[in-house]
Amino acid sequence: MKWAPTLGVGLWLAASAVAQEPELPPGLGQPPAAQEPRRPTPQQPAAPDEPALPTGLESGAAAEGPRAEPSARSERAWARPKGFVDLRAGARTQSDPLQRDLSLAEARLRLEFEHAFDRGVLRFKPDLVADALESSQSVDLERGRGFLDLREGSFATSPLPFLDLKVGRQVLTWGTGDLLFLNDLFPKDWVSFFVGRDEEYLKAPSDALKVGMFGAGLNFEVVYTPRFDPDRFVRSERLSFFDPLAGRVIGRDVAFAPEVPDRWFRDDEFAARLSGNFGGHELAAYGYWGRWKSPGGFDGVSQRPVFPRLGVYGASARTQFAGGIANLEVGYYDSRQDPGGADPLVENSQGRFLAGFERDLPQLAAHLTVGAQYYLEAMLDHAEFRRTLPTGVPERDELRHVLTLRVTKELLEQRLRVSVFTYASPSDRDWYLRGTVSYAIDDAWSVFGGVNWFGGRRDFTFFGQFEDNSNVYLGARLAF
Amino acid sequence: MNRMFPWLVTVTLAAAAAGAQNEGPAAAPALAVEAIVANANRVSYYQGRDGRAQVRMVVVDAQGRERTREMTILRLDVPAAAAGSGDAKGGDGKRGDGEAPAAGAGKAPAAGDAAANPAPADDAHCGEQKFYVRFRQPADVDKTTFLVWKKPGQDDDRWLYLPALDLVKRVSSADKRSSFVGSHFFYEDVSGRHVAADTHELVETTKNYYVVESKPVDAKSVEFAAYKMWIHRESFTVVKVEFRDAAGEVYRRYEVLGVETVQGRPTVTKARMSDLRSNGSTTVTYSEVAYDLGLPDEVFTERYLRREPRQWLR
Repeated sequence: MKWAPTLGVGLWLAASAVAQEPELPPGLGQPPAAQEPRRPTPQQPAAPDEPALPTGLESGAAAEGPRAEPSARSERAWARPKGFVDLRAGARTQSDPLQRDLSLAEARLRLEFEHAFDRGVLRFKPDLVADALESSQSVDLERGRGFLDLREGSFATSPLPFLDLKVGRQVLTWGTGDLLFLNDLFPKDWVSFFVGRDEEYLKAPSDALKVGMFGAGLNFEVVYTPRFDPDRFVRSERLSFFDPLAGRVIGRDVAFAPEVPDRWFRDDEFAARLSGNFGGHELAAYGYWGRWKSPGGFDGVSQRPVFPRLGVYGASARTQFAGGIANLEVGYYDSRQDPGGADPLVENSQGRFLAGFERDLPQLAAHLTVGAQYYLEAMLDHAEFRRTLPTGVPERDELRHVLTLRVTKELLEQRLRVSVFTYASPSDRDWYLRGTVSYAIDDAWSVFGGVNWFGGRRDFTFFGQFEDNSNVYLGARLAF
Repeated sequence: MNRMFPWLVTVTLAAAAAGAQNEGPAAAPALAVEAIVANANRVSYYQGRDGRAQVRMVVVDAQGRERTREMTILRLDVPAAAAGSGDAKGGDGKRGDGEAPAAGAGKAPAAGDAAANPAPADDAHCGEQKFYVRFRQPADVDKTTFLVWKKPGQDDDRWLYLPALDLVKRVSSADKRSSFVGSHFFYEDVSGRHVAADTHELVETTKNYYVVESKPVDAKSVEFAAYKMWIHRESFTVVKVEFRDAAGEVYRRYEVLGVETVQGRPTVTKARMSDLRSNGSTTVTYSEVAYDLGLPDEVFTERYLRREPRQWLR
């Protein structure tokens, strides 16, 4: 009698211990033919908490059997193109007498076709675009205007084990900066970037041949662009900006028509990179021989902006550091048509420097990433620049300092993503804030919104000149 | 480390399993908890010298809404001699073809002789690994690729390739216990938690399982206070894991739902991670699993982020 309470406790303990043990899952039980009594099936656990042996783990179950699980792959439907539909609209947050109030109003259908042969892969990615803010819908593939924007049309092959070739229209990126580019001289689309298109459109496609050679721990890549691919630079029909010759911010009131060099094999570009990954430390050296990618000069005869010749030589390093990613990059911009800096109509040579650091901050919050960069643009031959500066043209500083800060937070099981990227220049006293919010309704649909906010003390600095282009936008995308 | 996502789980040591079986669980000599955990870790993450699986994750939230992620995962174990040598160049291909199949394929079915030695001879394979994860679904991440050089005890090297921008982005790996692609699995569940990050205690040995209770060495670095693993005694497969918070409440649970034998290695083919607080769960399915493919080291480099290694992804 006096044992009863103890026994009761003991039974309870035993029961609770048993209650935690999982039943063996399918695959972990005894085989049907085993001499021992059969393990409980998953439906009859030995104890509520113990897992049943999963099928496949029974003793002696090692015989290869038919697969119980169907393939995890969705059926591959090559015939069905992939892509998305993207609708977005945006408006200026202040009135700009030189521009329309709408900053963005377009619909895009992206299609992606890919076909793999034994010898290579063909890719074709057209965007069909209806852009309410473009006056003409006629197609200009170079500038990405009109109803068709071809993002990719390429053939990639590896004729030798150490050699990769990719020829045709392709998007190209290298370098270590986060939305800052020193040694990446591939074309950018600044209009897309500033008006709130998806970030992928910051990179405009190149029409080029890319050759990669890999071996001995080093990679060597060369990109040859037979006809100059400029940036899709800011245009006065869409964005207002400072024109040094007009001495003011211009917009739709002034036609901006740079002279783009377009002779095949003569107005060409070379870009090269030598890189290696040494136990997680990534090092690279770069070279570029071409032209300023956005207008970097002015032709006094034709009275049009031009793209003077440019050589860029640089290096970068990227590695893990203090729980995050640290990067360093330098570049020397050799403005080859203005070697001494005495030509007021051509950009001076520059030295560029970038240091960055990014890491997660789980200590502060889950799914929070913070990144900061310091960027320096040093005009060389600044004394010559000052000496030859035409009257009335504002003087730029010798050193332009830019700090960037990126904060990204994901919420609701990564359905909601909030990101703020800020450029701020203490020397120019101007800034540019990019804020984006996106929400994935399901695997196909997402909605998003964003802001592009420019400001500054003076109207001729890099970001300050865009002040009246500040905008907000909204959109939705269906991916398929 | 073992409680993780036994992606490519196998029983390397069919031999050890067979030995245990011969003796019978009741007669089995007591196995030190370190050996149990080490075996479970190997079974969860280090079967074969390399491997490939087609992976499908179905993420269900509390409202029952489903999202799907599909990817191909390639895995390569870095030989101990090469690990940490500081030279990560691709393609010197010294590992590989000769050794791997001999060690891997030869050992698994040959029962018996290893019965007394549950710790495998190739323990060196519980070190650095490389993972190549190519997404197919959802559509907006098609071809996005994730490259991880796992370094137990240190922060992993991670890269993310965004094909639309042709951008190879280096990503921070400080937050190991955050969701992997929006699922209920954490990064650490996918690539494995370092065995030495926790202390382990064998709390019970049942007919089928070693029940191991583990506590973090650095409690501030993780969200759990403890976790309990049910490790299948024959195969060292981790069949179930329960994570408890400081109040002792189970808030996160991992369960194996199916195991198949692939190339002589019992392999987890279906498992679920449940978040008991939010009532969401992710079920992962592995198919077309293969081991010892002879994957070249070079596949796990930037070159093949930009250009998919079709031959190996199939």
